[in-house]
Amino acid sequence: MERLEFPRVGEEMYRHVLDNGLTVFVFPKPEYQKSYAFFATCYGGMDLRFEKDGVEHETPAGVAHFLEHKMFDTPQGNALQTLAEGGASPNAFTSNDITGYYFESTDHFEDNLRVLLSFVSVPYFTQESVDKEQGIIGQEIGMIEDNPDWKVLSNLLAALYRSHPIRVSVAGSVESISHITADTLYACHRAFYHPANMVLCVAGNVDPERVAAIAAEVLHGEGGTPAVADQGQPEPEGAEQTYVEQAMAVAGPVFQIGVKGDVPPYGGEGLKLELLGDLACEMLLGSSSPLYAKLYRRGLINRGFTYGCQITRGAAFLAAGGESKNPKAVCRAVLEEAERIGREGLDEELWQRVKKGVYGARVRGLNTFENLCIGQAQSFFYGGNLLDFPQWFQEISRQDVEELIGRWVTEERTALSVIKPKEVTA
Amino acid sequence: MSQVTRRELAQGVWLRTVHTNKFKSSYLSVTFLVPLEEETASENALIPYVLRRGTAACPDLESLSARLDSCYGGSVEPVVRKKGETQCLGFVAGFLDDAYTLEGESVLEQAIPLVGELLLDPVRERGRFRSAYVKGERDNMVDRIRSQINDKRRYALMRLGSLMCQGEDYGVDRLGDEARTAAVTPDSLWQRYQELLRSAWVEIYYCGSAEPERVEQLLRRALAPLLEQGQRSFPACQVRAHGAQPPRYEVEQMDVTQGKLALGFRTGGLTCWSPEFPALLLCNAVFGGSTLSKLFLNVRERLSLCYYASSMLEKMKGLVLVSSGIEFDKVDTAREEILAQLDAIRAGQVEDGELEGARRSLISAYRATLDSQSQLEEYWLGQAAAGMEVEPQQLAALLEGVTLEQVRQAAEKLELDTVYFLTGLEE
Repeated sequence: MERLEFPRVGEEMYRHVLDNGLTVFVFPKPEYQKSYAFFATCYGGMDLRFEKDGVEHETPAGVAHFLEHKMFDTPQGNALQTLAEGGASPNAFTSNDITGYYFESTDHFEDNLRVLLSFVSVPYFTQESVDKEQGIIGQEIGMIEDNPDWKVLSNLLAALYRSHPIRVSVAGSVESISHITADTLYACHRAFYHPANMVLCVAGNVDPERVAAIAAEVLHGEGGTPAVADQGQPEPEGAEQTYVEQAMAVAGPVFQIGVKGDVPPYGGEGLKLELLGDLACEMLLGSSSPLYAKLYRRGLINRGFTYGCQITRGAAFLAAGGESKNPKAVCRAVLEEAERIGREGLDEELWQRVKKGVYGARVRGLNTFENLCIGQAQSFFYGGNLLDFPQWFQEISRQDVEELIGRWVTEERTALSVIKPKEVTA
Repeated sequence: MSQVTRRELAQGVWLRTVHTNKFKSSYLSVTFLVPLEEETASENALIPYVLRRGTAACPDLESLSARLDSCYGGSVEPVVRKKGETQCLGFVAGFLDDAYTLEGESVLEQAIPLVGELLLDPVRERGRFRSAYVKGERDNMVDRIRSQINDKRRYALMRLGSLMCQGEDYGVDRLGDEARTAAVTPDSLWQRYQELLRSAWVEIYYCGSAEPERVEQLLRRALAPLLEQGQRSFPACQVRAHGAQPPRYEVEQMDVTQGKLALGFRTGGLTCWSPEFPALLLCNAVFGGSTLSKLFLNVRERLSLCYYASSMLEKMKGLVLVSSGIEFDKVDTAREEILAQLDAIRAGQVEDGELEGARRSLISAYRATLDSQSQLEEYWLGQAAAGMEVEPQQLAALLEGVTLEQVRQAAEKLELDTVYFLTGLEE
């Protein structure tokens, strides 16, 4: 295995590509009690249209998430149960662009790893179990529909984008998932759960060679080449809609401001762009910025205000939001501040401070295995390495940030999504 | 390996340190422990938020952020928690460990004094809190209390707790209530703050690479005024052993898509202080505390009655709270099935796999606590609030010895007290 060192952040990482095509990363942590394994495919809620072996597939919204639920079924029963019996706490999630399965355990790590790799790679669906799952996921969709933080963000993405599939809800709708059959699931599994389209990241008190050996033993590379997903028509530069609102049972307005960014390049440059976007948010409206203090003083935002940049295949955006009495005033103030920065530039002293602060927070974030492993998996699917970030901090200049704010944060590219209160009780 | 020490810096002011090199950050919390009471809870909860607005040296958010940024993006967050009938309020802070600074600076020497200033040296106006800050944070707190309704799952549990313990201190929300919060003035809040400084029990926690002596020295300097004064008493918790007879039922209507059904049980007087506590922990894990639990496997997986169903244990107050998300018309079936699962444990109908799985998952969770600075802090605060000194590994060892019969006996003790159902509006 190849060993990579990241001395500035005190990490070492082992990397190996197996014959079956799977890339394995291991972060040895001998001083920890638990070990953590994250096994993911580069396939998420937005990969609805794809081509596999010359055949085009169009699948219902919510299928990646549905598949995630059904993967836990095995001919012997339920993998969740098997892992729990081995003392592991397992779970899984589906995002716009990846599906990840993971567990942590303090004992029997190797046995649990075998179970994880096996149930994710071997599909087992019956029409009966698929029908039953429609009910369970229907309930989950109901729960999501009641969650204002989820709704405000999914409405925002639908407003920002015209055709990029990131605008489609990861869970789909009760209607869309009703079209899913066992055959749909088998086709999607064949298309995307090929070792060459997946990654295994492990952190903990483990031997990297053993991890790689187990993965080589359990996984086979059958099924040809992975599918290629389609991200729709090229996007216009501007936001599709500038304002969207919905009424829900909330106490006060919940909002997200979104700024549509340029299509990110693939590889380390794309990841660097994401950091640049985060730094732009910090300088424009982050907790150290003059605008944040002003909005806070005016009672327009509170400590729940969050912000950041997100990139995915074919899309990058900034989002900032939380709760506010007057979301439109916040949005207006952000656009005015971006204009001011365009005229006057950024304060050099503030820039140096903020950069130091963000750097420290990123290093601290490496404390958790989840951040390390999920972060590396996402970075890998994007063609880079998570732990290269100290280098990007050196490369990014104040001018880069000014330029990004000037180019992205404009009225045309900005959308505001609001969840407003409706009568709360009967 | 990590080493835990605990020392009394002054009467009622304790420092616990966990010395370890395994993290990239140092984790620090300073917490005032006070009795959770209707009259004082709202003001108490507001205090850390007002303190976080500015100190004499850094009187506004801009200058505070500048200090934090120069500490490599340190965070100091106001936190209000509830452990049994103790309200725990203060700051939780995280800073980069010295080993990872770019120029070898020492962060802790800057960070601890800043936390000390935030706690003890607020910016003053006419000898008390700045009124603009009190007003601003009072409004934010009212919004925070109101928006507890946004998260329906937590809201249902909160409502269950307050209905069940109406008239008991546990029934008071950790943030207090809207009316009392809205009535806070800069003067009343200042008085409450002075009272806290004089009489509240104080727990300080540090986890990181610094030697305990260095931490203690820095804290003694930063918190000097707190150590010189005070007559501090330790908050207690009243336990009510038995459930309401007959159990109470409450239905609330709201414009929601999914119903929330919550059931509250009393534990017959079993708490963290009982010798049977490990059995109670395991009983809760078998019932609804893990993915191998009866609620998860039967109510969710086998019968598809709900999207989630789990139970949690309030170890000081002696409560088991079940929470589930269901379709509106499944409420009766779901409630009966949840109670039937408890009856199964009482009848000893627990398979080896269920018992061992629950045991392994609990033990694993306690051991894994040692790997997370925030979980470890939460764990030790829980111990401090209960006046206990049990390490996670000790609890794990006690769980090894619990038998099915002991779990069955613990289940026998549970008494249904209150059922709360959040349902949709009638069409």
